[in-house]
Amino acid sequence: MNAVLTPKIDIEKIRGEFPILHQQINGKPLVYFDNAATNQKPKRVIKALTDYYQGYNANIHRGIHTLAEKATSAYEDTRVAMWKFINAQHVEEIIFTSGVTESINLVASSYGRAFLKEGDEIIISGLEHHSNIVPWQMIAEEKKAILKVISITPAGEIDLDHYKKLLSDRTKIVAVNHASNSLGTINPVKEIISMAHAVEAFVLIDGAQASAHLPIDVQDLDCDFYCISSHKMYGPTGTGILYGKKKLLEKMPPYMGGGEMIKDVTFAKTTYNDLPYKFEAGTPNIADVVALKEAVLFINELGKENIAAHEHNLLQYATAKLSALPQVKLIGTASNKVSVQSFIIDRIHPFDIGQMLDARGIAVRTGHHCTQPLMDSFGIEGTVRASFAVYNTREEIDQMIEGLKRIIGFLIK
Amino acid sequence: MSINLIQDEIISEFSLLDGDMEMTVFYIMELGQKLPEMSSEEKSEMNEVKGCQSKVWMTARLEKNAIYFSADSNTAITKGLVSLLVRIFNNQSPESILSADLYFMKKIGMERFIGTQRSNGFAAMTKQIKLYALAFKTQLATH
Repeated sequence: MNAVLTPKIDIEKIRGEFPILHQQINGKPLVYFDNAATNQKPKRVIKALTDYYQGYNANIHRGIHTLAEKATSAYEDTRVAMWKFINAQHVEEIIFTSGVTESINLVASSYGRAFLKEGDEIIISGLEHHSNIVPWQMIAEEKKAILKVISITPAGEIDLDHYKKLLSDRTKIVAVNHASNSLGTINPVKEIISMAHAVEAFVLIDGAQASAHLPIDVQDLDCDFYCISSHKMYGPTGTGILYGKKKLLEKMPPYMGGGEMIKDVTFAKTTYNDLPYKFEAGTPNIADVVALKEAVLFINELGKENIAAHEHNLLQYATAKLSALPQVKLIGTASNKVSVQSFIIDRIHPFDIGQMLDARGIAVRTGHHCTQPLMDSFGIEGTVRASFAVYNTREEIDQMIEGLKRIIGFLIK
Repeated sequence: MSINLIQDEIISEFSLLDGDMEMTVFYIMELGQKLPEMSSEEKSEMNEVKGCQSKVWMTARLEKNAIYFSADSNTAITKGLVSLLVRIFNNQSPESILSADLYFMKKIGMERFIGTQRSNGFAAMTKQIKLYALAFKTQLATH
């Protein structure tokens, strides 16, 4: 991934496909560097949403009328697109959810409730987003299971030696991200998975930060579960997928089948008892799922290797420019990263930096990025995070650096 | 000077910035830099204003029916914003603070400058000031 490639894509043409980028914020052209939170949507995704609502909005899987057929077939087309996108073995291994958070909760709740026992261990890493911490804490508490956390190195990488020590025959689930949202670190997930399988533990990969940047082949990785959010891969908000190995998903009880909700979901359950429908009770987010297909096509047509090469060039450029400012300290210096750079500036609070950059039309993220334990391990409250997408340019990075120079000049005298 | 005269003064100062966001942010931070720093003992949990995204500390004392505030924040912009409140409410009576209407915020387009998250924090700071005023008013009445 770190080999420098020359991307075979026309960035100006790509920018033309994103209407939102062509506006002024506080009198300055928008520079959008909050892509790790959500990235922007190309015209074809927006058009798919309006086409759906204007042309064939209908409830799926139930009606026999023409619109219902058309909507069902568009919805299922996206399942096929996602199936190919991650190279799953079976199409029914693709479950539509509201995104990564729901996908993780589904596994923690369904798998955890059915199979975890007292004293079983769940391993996560110190790099995780709250959404890959809290669901496991909840199920661990409920089942009296134990949550163990893999340490992080000063560069922001998973400490594999520590991971090895944590693994045992008590380990039942390992849940880590493919790439870190706060630091950008790309984790050696294939190695993590095979080490977990050696002790017969299942592995869930949070792919939120990987889907738009890294090739994903769930069969090659051999992960048991893989989670993706549509809105982090140029698709609409409010949808995403859970991939799970068929034999595991078949064993798992419906997500909504337990506790007090059982009365409400009986209809759905009795209607859809096969995969993937047993996990898709109720009317799903049809429009957003339909439009997600266009996001997949957008990425495929550009080619992930081209996207990655362009973003890698941007990351290297930004890292070099930031490093040249003596007051800036980079947080997260792993050798293998997606296009995320976190940093702090001595004696200036990240909120002030974010607000000042916004005044110049530059959108960055400030704070703990929903990774408070990770921030604690660095002994900081939060960072400023700039994250890049395929439509960003070096000129935009120059504008951010100019903004930072002005802030430093003003506040550090 | 009355609360409303100070508010009018602030409105006219901000109008010189002509809505330029960057200049406004710099100006707010400059105001904050002029506010004396609180000691680390004063920056205690007891003095923390709850409900702000950044950390804000505030203390108040009563002198001859007038209240004096000290405040600080760990972020430069919030410190500037709180300095505006200190400027408006310092040396005012509990009654005038309690009945004050903070119209300057809308006039200088505060929401546009600070966003909803900081607006909530600003409301928390204002509430804290009014709580101090209420406490001192009660104290004065019982003496």
